[in-house]
Amino acid sequence: MVPLSYYLVLSGILFACGVTGFLIKRNIITIFMSIELMLNGVNLSFVAFAAQWHALSGQVFVFFVMVVAAAESAVGLAIIIAVYRTRETLNVDRVNLLKL
Amino acid sequence: MLHLIVFSVFGLVCAAGAVNLLVQRHPINSALSLVVVMGSLAVEYLLLGAEFVAAVQVIVYAGAIMVLFVFVIMLLNAGEEDRTKGSRVAMLFGIPGVLIGSVLVAWVLLERSGTGNVAVGALPGPPKVIGWLLFHDFLLPFEVTSVLVLIAIMGAVVLASHPGAVQQSTQSDKREG
Repeated sequence: MVPLSYYLVLSGILFACGVTGFLIKRNIITIFMSIELMLNGVNLSFVAFAAQWHALSGQVFVFFVMVVAAAESAVGLAIIIAVYRTRETLNVDRVNLLKL
Repeated sequence: MLHLIVFSVFGLVCAAGAVNLLVQRHPINSALSLVVVMGSLAVEYLLLGAEFVAAVQVIVYAGAIMVLFVFVIMLLNAGEEDRTKGSRVAMLFGIPGVLIGSVLVAWVLLERSGTGNVAVGALPGPPKVIGWLLFHDFLLPFEVTSVLVLIAIMGAVVLASHPGAVQQSTQSDKREG
């Protein structure tokens, strides 16, 4: 038996690492990976609560979160490719204009 | 007892991968440590009894999404990131802030919450039941996500295509038609 709070702490650690990466990283691809890390942390807490309350709809919500994350990463990576094509850089400090 | 040991081993691997993602400076190393995080998270899902989510985690996240990431890193020939003044300021304020916040949350969760224990395979749902839920109770959200994925595919193709490629193809269509 593992206390539910351990799962929640693990998911909190993952989310905190994602937030830290989002703040300190300057490579746009790594920032994107930090967002995926945050989504994974949230998914873990969804599944842990679903197991706690024997509610299967938690798993269905995790499925939806994964679908949205997949769509988001496809569009986001396409945007990264478009930005790189015009700016020739992946550093977010050098991408400071909305204009292409 | 065994449950706790397996949980802590894979939880530590998971947390170590997440920290390694932050420490590494080359994006490909970060991507590989993200794969480690997702793989060990799949084991945690299996411990909770969520076989469907574990399988989808490995197939969609560790498979499809990470391949996409690695493709883009290779395609753009991304090198090591250079630290700028802004990133040092972010590090100075971001790391202590996040540390304080996460320690606070962990303390509240461990000390104050009256939540109980979770047994091995606590979730009662085999994939069959989830399929029933997905195509019966959640049919409308499921169909809406299919529209979302379709739009995402079109958006990705339009955004990533070479500028001018769309115009050229429409012009050639006109000529042919």
